[in-house]
Amino acid sequence: MSAPTPKATPRPRGEEQRWFDAAADGRLVYWRCDACGHIPSYPRAQCPECWSTDLRELESAGQGEIYSFTVQYRPGATGFADEVPYAVALVTMTEGYRVLAGVATDQPERIRVGDAVTVVFDGVAGDVDTLPRFRLAEESP
Amino acid sequence: MSLRSTVAIVGAGEADIAPGHGLSPLGLAAQASRRAVADAGLSKHDIDAVFVASAYHAFPSLSVAEYLGLTPRYLDSSNAGGSSFVSHLAHAAAAIEAGLCDTALVCYGSTQRSDGGRLVSMSEKLVFEEPYGLIHPAGSMAMIAHRHMAEYGTTSEHLAMVAVSAREWAVRNPRSRFDDPLTVEDVLTSTMIATPLHKLDCCLVTDGGAAVVLTSAERARDLPRTPVYVRGVGEEANHRNILAMPDLTTTRAAVSARRALEMAGVGLADIDTAHVYDAFTISLLVLLEDLGFCGKGEGGPFVGDGNIAPGGTVALNPSGGGLSYLHPGMLGLYLVLEAVEQLRGDAGARQIAGARTSLVHGMGMTLAAHATAVLSTER
Repeated sequence: MSAPTPKATPRPRGEEQRWFDAAADGRLVYWRCDACGHIPSYPRAQCPECWSTDLRELESAGQGEIYSFTVQYRPGATGFADEVPYAVALVTMTEGYRVLAGVATDQPERIRVGDAVTVVFDGVAGDVDTLPRFRLAEESP
Repeated sequence: MSLRSTVAIVGAGEADIAPGHGLSPLGLAAQASRRAVADAGLSKHDIDAVFVASAYHAFPSLSVAEYLGLTPRYLDSSNAGGSSFVSHLAHAAAAIEAGLCDTALVCYGSTQRSDGGRLVSMSEKLVFEEPYGLIHPAGSMAMIAHRHMAEYGTTSEHLAMVAVSAREWAVRNPRSRFDDPLTVEDVLTSTMIATPLHKLDCCLVTDGGAAVVLTSAERARDLPRTPVYVRGVGEEANHRNILAMPDLTTTRAAVSARRALEMAGVGLADIDTAHVYDAFTISLLVLLEDLGFCGKGEGGPFVGDGNIAPGGTVALNPSGGGLSYLHPGMLGLYLVLEAVEQLRGDAGARQIAGARTSLVHGMGMTLAAHATAVLSTER
């Protein structure tokens, strides 16, 4: 079997890097604004609601539910051709913010809006750094 | 101060995009621009402002000005995706009214189809989305569709009716490549791209070249074509990436449209033709709700009942739109061209009798940016 085509590797800069560093340790982190309580959808150096820079790094419990999803029958980027069909979901975490990630399942057509999911760190496809994906709670070991 | 009807569209032009046209994106934009300027009864020396967005050029107003041999005193390369050109009408009106320029060229050129049918885009991905292989924009639109289905009971059959309605218009358009109608079954059995969206839920991929010329309402009176006044404009945007879209089923189109209609002093009941960006069946359905053609969540039954097909309650995208006429990467300027064609009474078999006022709504990225214009032959 030939080696899979490498995927486009994200190049985080500055404040973006901490999320990737945490993921490499198997932790899903988020930032909550100490001033107004808002949780941005992805890490930023200042709160988009109140512009406070007092953002506290917290670790997510890793539980959420599918806000929406799609099962793609065409690859969305270089290196995904061998993986179709695969699922990508927006997940509402119990902490009240949203994460976009792949869903690790052999039966992507079973996914439904509202399904409970748990974060897993199993590598996206092995050729990039470890990143979070979700597993359907009913399929979790 | 209101911008209401301070400027008018006085010229319009479209490039030839038949296979083998042999032109680059700039070549297509230039051909359409030459035709638009001639249509306006003007010459290149009258153009002192260039407005353009592009998926090919980082500095498109410079690229277009150089290619056309212009030395504009006002340049606008603002890009919010496919809605950009509707925004440009607003920006041009403001610039002309402020005296920063007299006569503006808004243009676009694309060889998306000649490039191999893949979306050419300079659009960068958010680093937090990039590792997961989401198709831009179809994957994001598919997630919007699943959410709409879960919240409101919208079905794939409803979405298919959007494509079926567009095709019914397209077969009346001699410039469309389609002669035969579509059925719901055709849509549902077309290739699955990203659930729940099939190939026929997605817009076409075509080449394109389009241009319009705007000048003050006063100067417009001395020019040959019936002035199409920019009677109202409005914009609003609330995200860039699907991860940060606050609510997948509600957009800021309601706000941009309200601004445009209020400036124009008209309501939806006064709109004779509507030209609403249809990149995907689901995106059009959501926009119909947010623009107020039907209630939130009622888009499925609304399109299912034939309201946007020929003879329906809304004369929508009578060329066949992005779903069934053309979609060269960004559709926005073609929506404007189609409205101008209707308001001039030049639309042939698709002509809406007595059309005097049109609503144009451009959408950028994944329902992120919104720009609405009310165009009218009445000030």
